Amino acid sequence: MTGKVILEVEGLSVDYASSAGTANAVDQVSFELAEREFLAVVGESGCGKSTLLFAIARLLTPPAEVSGGKVLFSGQNMVAMSDKALRTLRWRDLSVVMQSAMNALNPVSSIGAQFSDVMRAHGEKDQKAVRARSEEVLTMVGIDPVHLASYAHQLSGGMRQRAMIAMALLFSPELILMDEPTSALDVVAQRSLMVQVKQLQADLGFAIIFVTHDMSLVAHFSDRVAVMYAGQVVETRPTRALFADPLHPYTRGLLDSFPSIYGPRSLVQGIPGSPPDLTRLPPGCNFAARCPKAMPRCATDAPAQYLVDDALVRCLLYEEAAPAREPGDRPVTERAARD
Amino acid sequence: MGFGPEAGYRPDAGYGLEVATTGFVLEARGLSRHFRIGGLRGHTLHAVDDLDMGIAGREIVALVGESGSGKSTVAPLLAMVYRPTAGEILFRGRPVSSLRRRRQLLVYRGEVPMVCQDPFSSLNPAHTIGYALLRGLKLHRPDLDRRRREAEAERVLDVVGLVPPAAIMTKYPYELSGGQRQRVGFAQALSYRPKLILADEPVSMLDVSIRIGLLNVMARLREEEKVSILYITHDIASARYVSDRVLVMYAGHLVEQGPTDDVLHNPVHPYTRLLLSAVPDPRAEMAVTSADVGEPPRVIDPGEGCRFRWRCPLATDVCEKVTPRLRPAAPGHEAACHVTVPGPVPEISGAGR
Repeated sequence: MTGKVILEVEGLSVDYASSAGTANAVDQVSFELAEREFLAVVGESGCGKSTLLFAIARLLTPPAEVSGGKVLFSGQNMVAMSDKALRTLRWRDLSVVMQSAMNALNPVSSIGAQFSDVMRAHGEKDQKAVRARSEEVLTMVGIDPVHLASYAHQLSGGMRQRAMIAMALLFSPELILMDEPTSALDVVAQRSLMVQVKQLQADLGFAIIFVTHDMSLVAHFSDRVAVMYAGQVVETRPTRALFADPLHPYTRGLLDSFPSIYGPRSLVQGIPGSPPDLTRLPPGCNFAARCPKAMPRCATDAPAQYLVDDALVRCLLYEEAAPAREPGDRPVTERAARD
Repeated sequence: MGFGPEAGYRPDAGYGLEVATTGFVLEARGLSRHFRIGGLRGHTLHAVDDLDMGIAGREIVALVGESGSGKSTVAPLLAMVYRPTAGEILFRGRPVSSLRRRRQLLVYRGEVPMVCQDPFSSLNPAHTIGYALLRGLKLHRPDLDRRRREAEAERVLDVVGLVPPAAIMTKYPYELSGGQRQRVGFAQALSYRPKLILADEPVSMLDVSIRIGLLNVMARLREEEKVSILYITHDIASARYVSDRVLVMYAGHLVEQGPTDDVLHNPVHPYTRLLLSAVPDPRAEMAVTSADVGEPPRVIDPGEGCRFRWRCPLATDVCEKVTPRLRPAAPGHEAACHVTVPGPVPEISGAGR
């Protein structure tokens, strides 16, 4: 990645307390995000991808709790930050676009009123300036500004999601966190929204962390992909390389789970079995029970992250090829770019 | 899990129209379903309009469309859960509207069962899987005694890859994963010795790594149990993976239908083209993007004319006035579009084909 690092996540862990025991939903996750970067976090339901996003944004509510690690955003540790400091940061420097805009938008106040709330909370008192900026961001996402007077239920699913993105853009933040913003949309609306997000990113220069279960969706839009499985990031790699040559057996399994609409029809296998219970994780690799390449050691030895070319992979297959990395270490390509 | 190549399913084998010429197991003619909405103002939502379709023996037909296309109204219509507003459904050539008594309906629903979309709410949480299966068998196959019902329940669990069946029978739904529950749905349908399974988005709630296993189960059911399947989905890639034929719906109308690869490689209707261009595929080059933002179809009091005309890049005057009919574009491949499949415009539309 080129450019300066704006977000550093170091050894971040999140636990859910439940009657069945403590579920380690996010386990020692570390990565860095450069300015203007589009990072996709992909994984199946229950892998901890949304929990990770919420932990970064400090939006977790009990029983979820950050049990360790740091989130450094513009040099400040978000995990230890006071609520007051957090309030000034939110919307202005970092904003979040939620999965379901229907639930995230207030049903009893107009879009314009919600935009105005956000701006007034950050000290913008001038009604004219609020109005002008609201119209500007709505136009940016391709919605007619007359809809400032509309309520969420009067907009289509695609428009609601666009309105959420417009709201996230009010202060031109450096980072926008997106939690499956397109999963409720039809394919045509989904494609159109992704193209628009990418265009806005090119124009305005914000960084994106995009959480999704649909790998194929981010293939053309993200710069880098982090694949999560059972709370851990198992592979991080620039997007094109990851799709061309997945290293972790789980990544390969996921890619092989998508039939294509092009090329010859061939039998696709998917991944047999289901993800492990997060309250009773195995001592070794979390994926070992479903892994076609599992070795006897995988059941007992937990893999570290290994650096292979431009990828960080959490799999014992790569143990000899590369040295283990400490949390926070990055592939050489990124490191060189930072210096 | 017991799916895979050993199942003997070869996705590239055994397609072709010879299946279709053997006659349809289930056929819909001019099938329509409207819903009254908006209270006294009396608006009508046209969920399905004038649908003609047929499913042959051992055929997997995919019905694809986006939300609002009416595709999910089709399964309950065919299963006799909803009564059609107009039109007729023929099962093995006989109109199902003639089925009056509960006994006859039970037999029909056993022969054409439905698998629901949501595996988390379609099983009774208070009963075991065994109970769910045996209860269905008791209703739909009264000829079997208790021991043979149990044997049949274990057999169908084994067929859908839930092993060991005896252990699965004693479990409650909460003890199973989403993929396993959906397999139970297929096992239930299968236990009635169906001719045709109506599967309404059976995999859309499942994780991607689990989905494909279930699609393989569907393909195997066709091979081994000789059932036909109507696979209703919004996921075109999975439709291509399992189906012989694909039907594309938009705003209640069937806009294109034909052999799967023919429709996907040579789409004729502008809507099918738009839909295909939007499918994310890591193996494909990024498609040229259109200006279409994906607005929902207009199905409330739609009136005459093509329902895609507001979004269509090819729309002409005639599209506003006359509802296009399905016309042949290639052998076995039809589309309803005045521009791409031009034909004589009828004076009065609405008459049968």
